Amino acid sequence: MSKKNLTLKQRLNTESTAGVICTLPFTFGFLMFMIVPMFISLYYSFCDYNILSPAQWCGLDNYVKMFQDGRFFKALQVTFYFAFVSVPLRLIFALIVALILLHTTKITGIYRAVYYLPSIIGGSVAVAILWKRMFAMDGVVNNLLGVIGIKTSFSWLGNTSTAIWVLIILAVWQFGSSMLIFLSSLKQIPVSLYEAARVDGANKWQQFWKVTLPLLTPTIHFNLVMQMINGFLAFTQCYIITQGKPMDSTLFYTVYMYEQSFENYNTGYGAAMAWVMLAIVGLITWILFATKKLWVYDEGL
Amino acid sequence: MGMKAKQRLGRIIYHILVCGFGFVMIYPLLWMIMSSFKETSTIFSTASQLIPEKFVLENYSTGWKGFAKVSFATFFKNSLTISIIATIGTVLSSAIVAYGFARCKFKGRRILFVAMLASMMLPAQVLMIPQYLWYQKLGWVGSDLYLPLIVPYWFAIQGFFVYLMINFIDGIPRELDEAAKIDGCSYYGIFRRIILPLITPALITGGIFSFMWRWDDFLSALLYVSNTAKYPVSLALKLFCDPGSSSDYGAMFAMATLSILPAVIIFIFLQKYLVEGISTSGLKG
Repeated sequence: MSKKNLTLKQRLNTESTAGVICTLPFTFGFLMFMIVPMFISLYYSFCDYNILSPAQWCGLDNYVKMFQDGRFFKALQVTFYFAFVSVPLRLIFALIVALILLHTTKITGIYRAVYYLPSIIGGSVAVAILWKRMFAMDGVVNNLLGVIGIKTSFSWLGNTSTAIWVLIILAVWQFGSSMLIFLSSLKQIPVSLYEAARVDGANKWQQFWKVTLPLLTPTIHFNLVMQMINGFLAFTQCYIITQGKPMDSTLFYTVYMYEQSFENYNTGYGAAMAWVMLAIVGLITWILFATKKLWVYDEGL
Repeated sequence: MGMKAKQRLGRIIYHILVCGFGFVMIYPLLWMIMSSFKETSTIFSTASQLIPEKFVLENYSTGWKGFAKVSFATFFKNSLTISIIATIGTVLSSAIVAYGFARCKFKGRRILFVAMLASMMLPAQVLMIPQYLWYQKLGWVGSDLYLPLIVPYWFAIQGFFVYLMINFIDGIPRELDEAAKIDGCSYYGIFRRIILPLITPALITGGIFSFMWRWDDFLSALLYVSNTAKYPVSLALKLFCDPGSSSDYGAMFAMATLSILPAVIIFIFLQKYLVEGISTSGLKG
């Protein structure tokens, strides 16, 4: 049968046409809602633009300005600090709790649920405003400290060294979903490996370092990549709880970008910041993948 | 002490520690829920007590009144509208795209697949300003129809869901497709009659996560919704924290408690799907 003789219906029903048609929503969506916006913003990042008046080409001015902007570097520093502290802490917590709750009984199911409930609701505005009140001067944290004998009205959110920790604790509190991922990969490690290790005289501690941890490295790597990206881009919690205060000590990159674009109307500058952020996130992802072979075990069981 | 007794003691200590730490984990939530039943003036003077001296429901009635004559009934209705429509779009479009990827070979499949993986890595915050500029050109900003909060989701732009469903479809034997093909089923018929019913668990998992993410979404509401009467719950809650608001903390906690109710209900009744979604494809809760 030559192609010409096919009816439209038959032509639509070939494997390759069906593939193209079925994936068409994504093709269109990807172009319309990701590629086009990125290129428009690339153009505006070379412009002096403030939404209200027409854009004026200014070349690399926005990027040059960034390198002279102290608050830009402050935001970078805060964001790196937040991501590099909160993500590893969260993963360590998740792994420890996963190991503790590994043996399945009826009651550990309930424990697991309790531990991962926070990560289900942790991203909501409700939790953000709750957190803000908990660490307020008359909040529950100071009150509970009073109960155990430490009378204080310390301003956790007003101090440049503790405010960021309020956000870090909130991030670490949501370790539950990483815990579940660890649990499911822990269950896939064959018991025979532990038995072999025991026969060779390895104690529990050695078993963990020589068997469990190496076999978990692919999971850890996956978690690290996804959470680093998200850690760099936390917005809601910071925007509601601290808004970058005090003295920019919690000024997240995304919050600063928002402030520049929508409060100071330096939209061109904001667009440039978005591109720099994309470059940074890309670089970190690349580093995580490039260093993968140094510490991730992927030879199978 | 005998071996048995020692083991028993160890188990008791284990349970005490795990319970105690679990209590610390959910204490903030318990405190919020309990505070919403306290008299609003006593919330912070009795912050160290969990159980209210007197249970009151007053916070719920004052909070429900909302802001500027717009009640929380409206905010909840708005949130539901956005979340449900966007979720239906996400699930349907992701399913058909996943089917295309999983079952059909075609030109450009590889590139498209890489694009999908890239879209998983490209977070919403990077796109915040680019998309804003684009939607502004399209006239979508401030539209009362929530176009920027709904339309993109009908085009499978969240790679996670596509990925989840591809994995699921890969587990369905191809013999089923072949048999249907012999019976005269088209590629689209196979999707509708065979694949779609068989991936129901993945559709539910995807739907749950999508719903919860849309429900919690604060950033896009902040950018694109300007009319108070059109606010979703997440944005309305923020009004309690704005300087100049009356700071009725009782009402704030009451409405915050109600706002996490959908997630808690899902958590209680559909936990199986949540756990599955997180542990098989690393979706973040």
